[in-house]
Amino acid sequence: MRAMVYRGPYRIRVEEKEVPRIEHPNDAIVRVTKAAICGSDLHIYHGMMPDTRVGQTFGHEFIGVVEEVGPSVQNLQRGDRVMVPFNIFCGSCFFCARQLYANCHNVNPNATAVGGIYGYSHTTGGYDGGQAEFVRVPFADVGPSVIPDWMDEEDAVMLTDACPTGYFGAQLGDIQAGDVVVVFGAGPVGLFAAKSAWLMGAGRVIVIDHLEYRLEKARTFAHAETVDFGEVDDIVLHMKKTTDWLGADVAIDAVGAEADGAFFQHLTAAKLKLQGGSPIALNWAIDSVRKGGTVSVVGAYGPLFSAVKFGDAMNKGLTIRANQCSVKRHWPRLFEHVRNGILKPSEIVTHRIPLEHIAEGYHMFSSKLDNCIKPIVVTN
Amino acid sequence: MENPIAGHDEPAGQDHLPLPYYAATTRATPPLEEVRQRIPGWGVDLDHDERTAVPMEDFDPGATGAHWHFPERQPELWPRERSPEHGMLTPVFGTACPPKGLSGMIRKYAYTLSEGKSSHWLLLMAADRVDVVESMLESVLQGKPDNPITESGVKAEFTRGGLRSRLGQGRVDLKHQPLDALIVAAPWLIAGYAGYATAKALSRKRRARRTRQTLRPATAW
Repeated sequence: MRAMVYRGPYRIRVEEKEVPRIEHPNDAIVRVTKAAICGSDLHIYHGMMPDTRVGQTFGHEFIGVVEEVGPSVQNLQRGDRVMVPFNIFCGSCFFCARQLYANCHNVNPNATAVGGIYGYSHTTGGYDGGQAEFVRVPFADVGPSVIPDWMDEEDAVMLTDACPTGYFGAQLGDIQAGDVVVVFGAGPVGLFAAKSAWLMGAGRVIVIDHLEYRLEKARTFAHAETVDFGEVDDIVLHMKKTTDWLGADVAIDAVGAEADGAFFQHLTAAKLKLQGGSPIALNWAIDSVRKGGTVSVVGAYGPLFSAVKFGDAMNKGLTIRANQCSVKRHWPRLFEHVRNGILKPSEIVTHRIPLEHIAEGYHMFSSKLDNCIKPIVVTN
Repeated sequence: MENPIAGHDEPAGQDHLPLPYYAATTRATPPLEEVRQRIPGWGVDLDHDERTAVPMEDFDPGATGAHWHFPERQPELWPRERSPEHGMLTPVFGTACPPKGLSGMIRKYAYTLSEGKSSHWLLLMAADRVDVVESMLESVLQGKPDNPITESGVKAEFTRGGLRSRLGQGRVDLKHQPLDALIVAAPWLIAGYAGYATAKALSRKRRARRTRQTLRPATAW
């Protein structure tokens, strides 16, 4: 089969690989029809996540058709069109029983600090991902769902990670009616977080980024106020002024490890890999939120230490809430929102790229060319 | 008392006092009814009890579709590296890229250290860099050498408006983007320098040997 493979920081190519096989009785093999490149894929593409091995196939946002099922699979059959959450989870461990699917303890031998994720280094379990013609899907009775007939395929791809993660980010903020919510990052997750903040009753939603085309999307798609942090001297001070000197009630970090805005932080984290992530957006969130406020972190960071301003967080009495999103927990409600027209996740898709051209797709997304917000990889 | 500003109770007789300096009951956001009219779906998830992530831990083992108390174990076809913080090998695991070569040795050692130690992660990062060099050499031997031009996707600079997307946009990431090219080129620069240094050392050694032979005194008869 044809598959994207990692060759080193900033380098990938498409190669012939063996079609994955059933390795566990509850595995399925899925023929991928559409996959997406996630902003967090860029962290591994840039070599920031420990134990990212040459030869691995990335891709944790994908949909496809079931090609083969293991002997114990009961809920799926060959030919089913399925959407697969980015989490790999067993459904029966201590954490899954509490619906913390992102924190499953039975699928990732490489680390206890993170669950299993498709195509996201060996630190998350060493599974190949879906930017390929075929992918192995463990625990087929637990993770994937059949795509409803009424659902658009691109909506389905967005529901495997970006949309639920943004929605979950807003939930972590514990938003109350009338709250001022500031979202750092106008990428896919930030856009969905901003949109979701309104659903939870926000009074104001402010999105911060430095890319004007993404801020424009935040205004039109998420109805948010926007601030270009490159245009203001001090974004924290600006936020204080614009919130009547109080600060936001809720701040959402939807940027994660490669945040921009402070050269030295970015250099040491994203380029020199001396931090688990560049904590610029997280520090701005801590400083922009009001005392007693909530900081929600859904931007992805690596496991190494980062220079986070924890003293400010402590002294301000902040609540910091963070996790990978347990995608499937949110699907029933999100399906309703999509069906009722409240959410149209595919509106953020900007590019559709054939698998054979995926290297250019990564470069475009990584370098923010051609007003790229969300690229989808088409395998056939 | 009637508030002078909707949702506000700013003390009377003062110039505008910023919000944190008095006991405001609520913030001066636009009236929520106005927001509801403007934003499609506003407040549909206002009720915390209906929110899908509330409570954070919601014990419901029957909700997942799992029909096992503990999953069957996937066969372990090679000694699978695992974090020492795991009490056992997890029943299911990925098999994408088994450890191999020098990078594999470093990785196996790193997995003897707990996730709490920075050395665990730093060794894994070091192994990643070694893996890149090993794989470069391996790809040459296999006749499929790496091509930094095609693999970096730099063609997109010409087909996706590299200049147009950057110039006049006020982007702050332009300060560090040139470093990306350096990172891509790094393995070739290192390999090139290593080759040059080796050749130079060999040549120096050969020259020294020749000089020694020339200076050796003639055998006495």
